[in-house]
Amino acid sequence: MANTAIKPVVTEEELLIEEYGYDDHFHEHHHGDKYQSNFITTYIFSQDHKIIAKQFLITGMFWAIIGALMSLVFRLQLGFPEENMAWLRPVLGKWITINDAGMGSLAPEFYYALVTMHGTILVFFVLTAGLSGTFSNLLIPLQIGARDMASPFLNMLSYWFFFLAGMIMFFSLFLSTGPFAGGWTAYPPLSALPQASSGSGAGMTLWILSLVFFVVSVLLGGINYITTVLNLRTKGMTMWRLPLTIWAFFVTAILGLLSFPVLVSGFLLLMFDRSMGTSFYLSEIFTGGQALDNVGGSPILYQHLFWFLGHPEVYIIILPAMGLVSEVLSVHSRKPIFGYKAMVYSILAIGFLSFIVWAHHMFMSGVNPFISNFFVIFTLIIAVPSAVKVFNWIATVYGGNIRFTAASLFAIGFVSMFISGGLTGIFLGNSAIDIQLHDTYFVVAHFHIVMGVAAFFGMFAGIYNWFPKMFGRFMNETLGKLHFWGTMIGAYAVFWPMHYLGMAGVPRRYYRFDSFEAFGQFSAMNQFITIAAIITFAFQVIFVVNFFYSIWKGKKMTTLNPWGATTLEWTTPINPGHGNWPGKIPTVQRWAYDYGKDGKEFISQVKPLEEGESETH
Amino acid sequence: MTVLLAILCIILLTVIVVQIGRVTELAAKIRGEEEIQEGANRRHGALSLLFMIVFLLGTIISAGYYKNSMLWYGPNHAASAHGGSLDYMFNVTLFFTGIVFVITHILLFYFAWKYRGEKGRKANFMPHDNRLEVVWTAIPAVVMTFLVVGGLDAWNEVMADVSPDEETLEVEATGFQFAWALRYPGEDGLLGTKNYQLINAINPLGQDWTDKKNLDDFQPSELVLPVNKQVRVRITARDVLHNFYLPHFRVKMDAVPGLPTYFVFTPTTTTEEYRKQLGALKADGTPKYPEWHELTDPNDPESPKRYENFNFELACAELCGSGHYAMRRIVRIVPQAEYDAWVGQQQSYYMSSIRNGEEDPWKDILFDSEIKERAAEFNDRVSKALSSGNAADKVLTLDHVSYEPGSAELTPLSRYQLDNLVSVMNNYPNMVVELSGHTDNTGDPESNMELSKQRAGKVSEYLASKGVAANRMSVVGYGQTRPIESNDTPEGQEKNRRTELRIITQ
Repeated sequence: MANTAIKPVVTEEELLIEEYGYDDHFHEHHHGDKYQSNFITTYIFSQDHKIIAKQFLITGMFWAIIGALMSLVFRLQLGFPEENMAWLRPVLGKWITINDAGMGSLAPEFYYALVTMHGTILVFFVLTAGLSGTFSNLLIPLQIGARDMASPFLNMLSYWFFFLAGMIMFFSLFLSTGPFAGGWTAYPPLSALPQASSGSGAGMTLWILSLVFFVVSVLLGGINYITTVLNLRTKGMTMWRLPLTIWAFFVTAILGLLSFPVLVSGFLLLMFDRSMGTSFYLSEIFTGGQALDNVGGSPILYQHLFWFLGHPEVYIIILPAMGLVSEVLSVHSRKPIFGYKAMVYSILAIGFLSFIVWAHHMFMSGVNPFISNFFVIFTLIIAVPSAVKVFNWIATVYGGNIRFTAASLFAIGFVSMFISGGLTGIFLGNSAIDIQLHDTYFVVAHFHIVMGVAAFFGMFAGIYNWFPKMFGRFMNETLGKLHFWGTMIGAYAVFWPMHYLGMAGVPRRYYRFDSFEAFGQFSAMNQFITIAAIITFAFQVIFVVNFFYSIWKGKKMTTLNPWGATTLEWTTPINPGHGNWPGKIPTVQRWAYDYGKDGKEFISQVKPLEEGESETH
Repeated sequence: MTVLLAILCIILLTVIVVQIGRVTELAAKIRGEEEIQEGANRRHGALSLLFMIVFLLGTIISAGYYKNSMLWYGPNHAASAHGGSLDYMFNVTLFFTGIVFVITHILLFYFAWKYRGEKGRKANFMPHDNRLEVVWTAIPAVVMTFLVVGGLDAWNEVMADVSPDEETLEVEATGFQFAWALRYPGEDGLLGTKNYQLINAINPLGQDWTDKKNLDDFQPSELVLPVNKQVRVRITARDVLHNFYLPHFRVKMDAVPGLPTYFVFTPTTTTEEYRKQLGALKADGTPKYPEWHELTDPNDPESPKRYENFNFELACAELCGSGHYAMRRIVRIVPQAEYDAWVGQQQSYYMSSIRNGEEDPWKDILFDSEIKERAAEFNDRVSKALSSGNAADKVLTLDHVSYEPGSAELTPLSRYQLDNLVSVMNNYPNMVVELSGHTDNTGDPESNMELSKQRAGKVSEYLASKGVAANRMSVVGYGQTRPIESNDTPEGQEKNRRTELRIITQ
């Protein structure tokens, strides 16, 4: 490769690794050659965590584009219900119905299928696999000083199960009965009865199948991340010296491991109800002109099983973003993250609490109102560690010497989004207020800002920051900053007005609003939201172009550590090969946040403490 | 062509984006990276500050602009007794979160601008401060405690079920794809039992007709409720999940197949009062809420204003399939007197759709109300006949007198009308009547003649057994000779099979 020609000067860090590092004789075993010998084992069925990270990222981007395009189609329906949609017929086929006057309109069934698929894809494929899959894979071994994951083979399987899940879901989009259309939460009986919705037939079967494979992927990945963090930390890398990214990925993996199997059990019972005549979720149903035999089941049981995953899931999405943002903010403010231990404890507290708040999604579902008392209390307690994190991020910015890059801008944007979206959670978590706001656009605004946009911002911060580590080149900064401001303003323009819709009582998941007087008076606002969504999407096109252009044509990296970061990944070569470090693996001497200490710009984790220097956190 | 154009646009855009990228990189090379970075820090620091100002102003101004759709403000006042406490909690939360929102945003973006990178300046090394951590753990904890206590207090009061001694109107709402069915308890104040296995085209809710509580239940097309009276809505679903949602009343509860839920609330504002609120004028005579003074039909200046046509609405708030968005029912809140009058007009579903049909388990008895109704109707007809001077008006069909098929035996239910006749005969001691039997044209005319005479005779026998003197009644059989309708249709034939009463002397 061309860039090996300009071999950078040997850095201080490299010398330190040579001096203090640990020799595990890795390269004498020639692992690299064994399973990176040809194109297929290098780029497709790769067991190298860095390649797998890129696979997760690019697959996640593919799904993000599909999911976003879907949202544009249903936003067109919501903003411009009277407009002719016939031009979409070449793409959507029979789901655009044309009336005698030549007016094309989106079929309500397909509107609901789009909403459902948008949710499923974004939550699972993009913000779980695309975010946690990418950065856990990339950063865990690099930042803890490991050669690779504990099990590179399981790691590879993790990606390919995700790929398989994606294939199945993609295939379901083309079924003649349509993909599943009962909402991403797939509540039975709607999801159990093909008579009740055409998407609940083959579409639902494939949906479940896809997600079961997806869970396999998450579990294989998760067990690997946990094992790697616990067992493969290099010498000196105590838990209290881990960067916050690793803490976040670690807790995320634990959450996934504990909660996803519960989802599968919920799905399993749903499959039994669908195909074997059991009655776990079905009782006293009259549909399609006949009374079903099922009695004694409870649809609410499914909701418990679903949300036992579903709530930790939102933290599975947001914790990695929090980790990335903490790291990016600290590096680009040239300051230690403020309150490192408080940050770790709040990650742990959030992780723990996320398991005992699930029923706050079910205040209005017919559970005993008394039970809700506990869930209200635990839910609002989560606001405390969340607030601590926000204050710590702000304190990290305070007194810094901030380098404005696309990455740091997205990190700052993340904090803003997390505040805006987090605060509305305090309304919804309080069951009394939730009576009115449940299942309205207020909820849509809340979760899109706090775990949709915010998680994306964390992901963008991560991509811009670690792109050089992934591809040896930089993404274009000007375009990145343009991308940031467009997205920041656009996302608020899309989601902020939805609060007002929700306060006025407008329910979510409505195909159109004019059938109700109370909901039909916001057509101007809905048009505004749709236009804002289209513009925001256009800014994401800039990102995608920048991303792929930069992979091949971006500015080359010429130094090992362009951001002046303390963490270990920046001590590896520009294009780290298999095993990450060419010689010894580094030994860690200090925590990850010595920025601006003792007048020094930064002190790498591999640098031993000076005489008389104390480790300050 | 359009597709081609779109593709061209995308390609062009991509090229532009790439070119911008290349130009800025070239510039960086020329001017030096550090200088470029410092410029970026200045620019984007300033942009952060600008964004903060515009964003905060935007949120505040937009909140003002949409004030009328916010809970509690403008016309969006809860129309129920409990709604106020929810709106209050909403606004308490808005107050606290609003403060945090503004302060944190000011700090975040102000610091970002203030501490933008400059050459030569060093960041403070400030890893932690335990006192600060304690402060900003404690403050949210205290505020949350306050919100939790207030919220749960409201919640437990709102969600409490009615106690047995409370006076409550119980109505039922059943969600199905894609509408709401409403059921009121009728005079007995009790809803009858249901069984989903009994659901069919004429029994949409699966009411069990052997349960007498069902017989007076009625199913109106609008939810009409008396103001200031507590109502408990029993919420059920027939097929999939639905959600009983009354936005103006702050009422929302899932409808779950197999698991009835409920919501108890008291409407406090009538539809008329709410319309008045929406149409209210300011002191200077201009509308308080101009949007509600728009015409319902913008093209017709004569059409009513929006507030005049306002109605409360019932919606579905749980995704239930492709028609989820259109499960609308009108909700009317009316004064008690109007409500009572409305209830008086409603007919029980059983009486209008089930009575004497195939599914009616009570075919062989008459209910007290029916006996009374029939007596009144019969007496009415008799008195009309008595007061008429026209001979043709003196003939009455005994429309509820019938016989076992092919025989002269009276059916058990015939006695009710005959008893009515007995009392008429007793009331008019001088009345002399002729009882005549008629048949349709099926069968042999001779035997029809005989049968009709026998049937009239059975009536006479019954009356005699109740003490009517035999000489006041003559008995005739006309067979099929005097049809009153065409015998070509089954309905006509049924009309022709009859027993008549002719008043000879009053």
